[in-house]
Formats: sequence, C-alpha cells, structure tokens
Amino acid sequence: MRVVARPPLVAVAVLAAGCASGGTSPRTADGPSIVQPGAPGAAGRVVSAADLAAASGPTHTDADVHFLHMMVPHHAQALEMAALVPARAAGEAVRQMALRMEISQRDEIAWIERWLRTRGEPMPGEHHSPGMPMPALMPGMLTPAEMDLLRAARGEDFDRLFLESMIRHHEGAITMVEELFATPGAGQESEVYQFASEVEVDQRIEIDRMNGLLQTGGGR
Amino acid sequence: MRLRAGTLTTALLLTAAANAVAQADTATTPQPPRFSWDPNDPRVGLTAGWVDAASAVRGLEHVASIPRPDGFFNPATPDDRRFFNSDLAFRGTRLYQGNYQGFQVFDISNPSAPDLLVSVLCPGGQGDVSVWGDLVVVSAQETRGRLDCGLDGVADSISAERLQGIRIFDLSNVQRPRQVAAVQACRGSHTHTLVTDPDDPANLYVYIQGTSGVRPPEEMPGCSGADPGDDPNTSRFRIEVVRVPLDAPERAEVVSMPRIFSDPTTGSIAGLWGGGDHGPGTQRTSATSACHDITAFPDIGLAGGACSGNGILLDISDPVNPVRVGEVMDPNFAYWHSATFNNDGTKVIFTDEWGGGTAPRCRASDPPTWGANAIFTRTGSDLQLAGYYKLPVPQTETENCVAHNGSLIPVPGRDIMVQAWYQGGLSVMDFTDPANPFEIAFFDRGALSQEMLFTGGFWSTYWYNGRIYGAEISRGVDVFRLTPSQHLSEAEIAAAELVRFEQFNAQLQPRFTWPAAAPVARAYLDQMVRSGRIVTARANELDALLDRVERGGVPGAELRQAASRIDADVAAIRAGTLGGDADRLERMAEVLRGIAR
Repeated sequence: MRVVARPPLVAVAVLAAGCASGGTSPRTADGPSIVQPGAPGAAGRVVSAADLAAASGPTHTDADVHFLHMMVPHHAQALEMAALVPARAAGEAVRQMALRMEISQRDEIAWIERWLRTRGEPMPGEHHSPGMPMPALMPGMLTPAEMDLLRAARGEDFDRLFLESMIRHHEGAITMVEELFATPGAGQESEVYQFASEVEVDQRIEIDRMNGLLQTGGGR
Repeated sequence: MRLRAGTLTTALLLTAAANAVAQADTATTPQPPRFSWDPNDPRVGLTAGWVDAASAVRGLEHVASIPRPDGFFNPATPDDRRFFNSDLAFRGTRLYQGNYQGFQVFDISNPSAPDLLVSVLCPGGQGDVSVWGDLVVVSAQETRGRLDCGLDGVADSISAERLQGIRIFDLSNVQRPRQVAAVQACRGSHTHTLVTDPDDPANLYVYIQGTSGVRPPEEMPGCSGADPGDDPNTSRFRIEVVRVPLDAPERAEVVSMPRIFSDPTTGSIAGLWGGGDHGPGTQRTSATSACHDITAFPDIGLAGGACSGNGILLDISDPVNPVRVGEVMDPNFAYWHSATFNNDGTKVIFTDEWGGGTAPRCRASDPPTWGANAIFTRTGSDLQLAGYYKLPVPQTETENCVAHNGSLIPVPGRDIMVQAWYQGGLSVMDFTDPANPFEIAFFDRGALSQEMLFTGGFWSTYWYNGRIYGAEISRGVDVFRLTPSQHLSEAEIAAAELVRFEQFNAQLQPRFTWPAAAPVARAYLDQMVRSGRIVTARANELDALLDRVERGGVPGAELRQAASRIDADVAAIRAGTLGGDADRLERMAEVLRGIAR
C-alpha cells in the first residue's frame, strides 16, 4: 500500500494566497474540526492532523496494475479488428461502429498509459507483477487462426463474423472487470474503480448494439 | 461526472470520425452548425495554473475563493479523484460542499468570507449532497465506500462493511455530525434527489440514481445485473425510492423500485432508447438503463429526468410511484445528464454531458449543439425542442469542458440560469426566448495545466440568497455577486436578491415568488425599456413614480391610481390599439398594488 505524503499546512497557505481575486478565510491553529462519523448509530471521532497523515485512502494494488496491463493488448486487438473493416465490410452501420470503437479503444489505451505513467508503474509488456503471469490471450480475444479467418472474410460474411467476434471480445472485457472486482483489495482506487465501471457499462452498450445489428443482418 | 479522461488523440480522432462520416454522406447528412465566437473574448488565451491561473470575468464580482481544506486534497497534484469536490447544497447560513472523500460545512453569514465549520471524512464518491433540516444526505458509489466511514476501503470483494448507496447524517450539532442511516443500493448512488409530498409532511423521499456496476447478490441479496430478457428482476432499468421518516431517520428504507423506462404497450422494462447513433453524422447516445439525475419540481407535480439516453417527465404527485408521462430524445445528445425547469415550468433545460465531464468538449472544432443545453418548451407532458445553448467561447485541449450543473437566478420577468462548464468556467445564460438563448455574464480561469488534461473546473454553480456559489473540483469554492451590465440592470439584480430561501437543493426545485417591492417593479420597467416595448412618456412617468417609492412615502391611493392607468394600457395593448408589453405591465400593476397594501 502506498501512502501519499500528507499535505503540509504551508500548501494551504499557498493555495489561499494564490486565489487573489477574492477574500479568503484564514485558518487558525484551533480551527474547524475534522470529524469522521462512525457507522449508522455509532459514535464518530475527531481526527487529528496526525491521524490525517495516514488517511489518504486506498491506493492501487498489483491487481489493479495487472488488470490495466491485460486491458492494453485486449484493446489493441480490437483496434486490429476494427482496422480490417474499411476494406471488407458490407454494412454502413458496421463501418460506423468500427470507427467509433477505434476512437474509444484508443482513448482508453491512452488513459491506461497515463495512469501507469503518473504512478510510476511499468508500461504493459515492460514487466509483470510477480505471481500474476500474463496469459497469452486475455478473455474474449481471438486466436491467430481466428484473426486469419476474419482477415479472409468479405462482405456480409465479414460483417457477421466481425460482430460475433467483437461481441465475444467485449464480453471478455466484462469478464476482466468482474474478475478485478472479485479480487480482494482491487478496484478500490477511485480512478481504477471509475475506469473499470465504465468499461463494463460501455461494452455492454456496444454488445447490445452489435446484437441488434446481427439480427438485422449487419446492416445498412 | 462520468467517463474517464479524454486525451489529445480523442480530439483528433473525433474530428476525423466526423469528417469521415461527413464525406460518406455529404448529400444526405445534415451537419451540425459550426462554432463561432468573439475573437476578442477575454477567456481566450488565459494562462494556466492550479492556484495561479489567470482569470476573466464579466458581469460578476468575484468576492471569495476558498481552497479545499486539509485532508481533502493531494498537494502533489490537482488531479486526484479521491479528493474531487462535487455538488453543493444550502440551508440558512450554511453551505454544504460534497467531496469524493466526505463533505464540508461552511458558514456563509458573510458570503464574502465563507468560514469552514467542520470537515466530515467519509469516502465513497461522488459525494453528491442534499440538505433537509438537520439531515444531510450524501451519495456513495465507489467500491471503497464503507459503512463506518473508514478510509481504507473494503478489501474483501464480498463484504458486509461496504456501503454503496446513500448516507444520512444528523447535523443538529454541526461540530459533531453523526451518521444515522445508510441505505444500500445495487448500483450505488451516483446522484440522488430529495422529493417531497405536500400531503405527507412526516416523510422525506430520496430518489437514488445509481450508475455503478451491479453488486454481487452474495453481498446484497436480490441484486442482478442480468439483461431484462433473462431476468425481469434485474437491478438495471430502475431507480430506487427511499422513504425517510423525519422523526426517525434511522428507519430510512427503500420503499419502491419504479420501472420508469418501461414501454406501456409491450410491457418491456427497457422501453426507451437502446443506445447507439441516430444515423450518419449524429451523436452516439447512451442506452437508457439508468437516470443520471432527476430534478423534482413539486410545485407543478413533475420531475425532469435526465436518464442517459432520454430526457423524461415524471408525474411525482405520488412520490413512491412516479409515473413517466413524457420522453424526448435528441440526435445531438451523447448522455442526458441533468434537468432544470424555468420558474413557471413551461420550459425544461436538459444538459448533455458528452465526454462524461473529463474530456475537452468545448474546443473550436466541437459542434455547438453537442455537449450543450437543449431547451425544450413544455405543454402538459409534451416537450418540444426550441434551441441549444453552449458556452460561447472555445476552451483548450487540456480543459475538460461540457454542460454541467446550474440553477435559476430569480430575476422577475426573465428566465436566467447560472451554469457550470467545468474548466470552461461559469456562464450566466438568458433563455427567456428559448430559441435564442444568450450569455449575460461569465467567469473563467485558465487550464489547470497547459501540458496535461487534469480534471477540474466548476462542478456546479448555484444561486442562493443573493450570491452565486461555485463548487470548484480542485480549487475549492468560489463566490460571486452579479454586477449591472447592458444585459442586466441594477434593479433586476436587486429584485433577484430579494428572493430568499430557508434551504436550497438544486434538484428539488422551488418556485420563486417576489415580494411587492420597488426593485421588482423597476426590473419589469427596465426590461420594457431595454426591448423598446413601452412608450417613452409612460416609461418616464413610471420611472419618476418608482424614484419616489424608493425614497418612501407615496400614498397608497396614488399607487392604485397608477396601477389602474397601467390596466388601461394593458387593455389597449391587448385590443391592438397600443404597442407594448402587456404581460410585464400587468405584473408591474400587481406589484404597485402590493406596495400600496
């Protein structure tokens, strides 16, 4: 568990001074209290400045890093699949879906890399957490042979295979999120929580959309 | 706030995507209008910085700026989600500010010097906050939320110690807040809405809007994340209604889980927008499986729901069983985020949180109808789109910016809202003419950083008893006072400052009424003079009369006589024999009669 250094009081003074355009409320040594209530009905406690030093909240764990490391190759394969669409797809809806998917997956990869960088964690592929080996394929990913099949398909056959494969691929991402939240201590850090929750929601939406397209023949 | 941070590449890709779509369908696709702005706007080119960013202001005076207190920020970076500030609520001389780590209570007896009374540590995010008497309700949505307000999260993936839902605190002793109840919800509580029932004053109702992943049934029995086809009892596609007995808030509990998205014909509980785009060149809209936020307006018995894929109207005359009576969609909307009625309830503003609040969506390349407000007129349960409003000046690639939370400013005779645009600052908008909304005041700071997109800016900006309070995600709280300009007169501001509330929650919208006072009459007069819809002689006469009223001592009989003359004008205008603004004259006559009493 990493603990972020406590904000020194001088930082507060600097902040106050920085906001020169309005009045500020000076803080005094016996200033307002910080209270941590208890569970419903239970007594709370007044938190001292010393207590606050250790009160940064849950930070990320190796499982969080592992999850993000797995998500990058997973997303990279989705990009590889989407790149096949322009030359092969028959349906305009599949083309548009692939275009938007490309944007969101790239966005998420960039987010992951930024998250890792700002926390001093290795980039995917640089290093793996001990005891957490990276599988060759993440949940839902296509094998090289399956990728070849997709690459060889054309027109409506391609549309159907693309949608079926991408649905499976997306379901894999949801599995990864579920595994993250099922791992003790994981998914607690605010940003990882947010990212993982939204991956789940967004992938579900796209799965619904792709199921709809499959039913209407990949379409129009 | 919803989605993760956008990046610089997103901008380029989105533009590329829009262009690609445009090229494919040039002949048939209606293109969103281009964004244009005043190149001399002082908000362009502001220097970046966390505590020392440059700022630009118009039509406002910045009267206070208070940083986040100890324990509620990370001095190493502004961009630490554990400590983001979120929403605001008000009661008496107290301001409640939510934070992902808990909440603050400020004394605002002197709005120019908010004074921190207490900081409450109780993590869970987003910390959406409401107040009702001594009770403070706070939303918790993250898996780190603990029943006991502990800071260390919940290590076990299945745990009885976790709280995702709402917390209710008793602040009868403000120095020693106590948690009196915690109500669990399957998808946590992203936001919540207080709802009151005039026939049931013993209870307060809280609508829980949850958007988190569904919790495992092993942790919370009954939760199910299944598709509606597979499980009719799925925890998605609903809100939760909590009843809080005011004499025993510890007995707060979920009393209903209304299926407000159901299709009345097929009975499907997933009856609204299924997600996806609306054809070439349109926005991709989220599926309607949850409400992001709901604004109740008990005075008209309705609530406006911003429910990810749709805007909806709910009949809340029975708060336990809200009934959907109308819905709209918009091909420009990505994510229906919040709703605000105008004061007579004839208009509804829905906001679109395109990019989730963490992405730059106010750039010069972004369409002015995307990530904007859509203004609808309301007749009964029918909503008709009238126009859009978006922050009328571009922001940079490192500023998260999109339409966010705001509230009405009670200027009589006009519809005016102050609204937060994250790092786009705040914008005061007149939407009296819903097809032609325009800006009347603003405040904006430079980006937190010129190099990186750090999430920040105003989460919400609300009017409360004469001031505008802004919740700044990483810079604390700001307070503003309106100043006169060509768009807003001294009397209009004075009239707005006359409206006082004992408490204010933006999502429990109150109806404004104005006292019979000279500034109210003068506000109407100023509006008629500004629009040229009053004959000069009559304007001068009323101006002189109001001068005397302000000095005191105009006899009641004389005021009544003046009111009768106005009545005659109103009749003539309505008969078509005189030009002018019959509605405002009529209201002015009412005010004069009120002063006479």
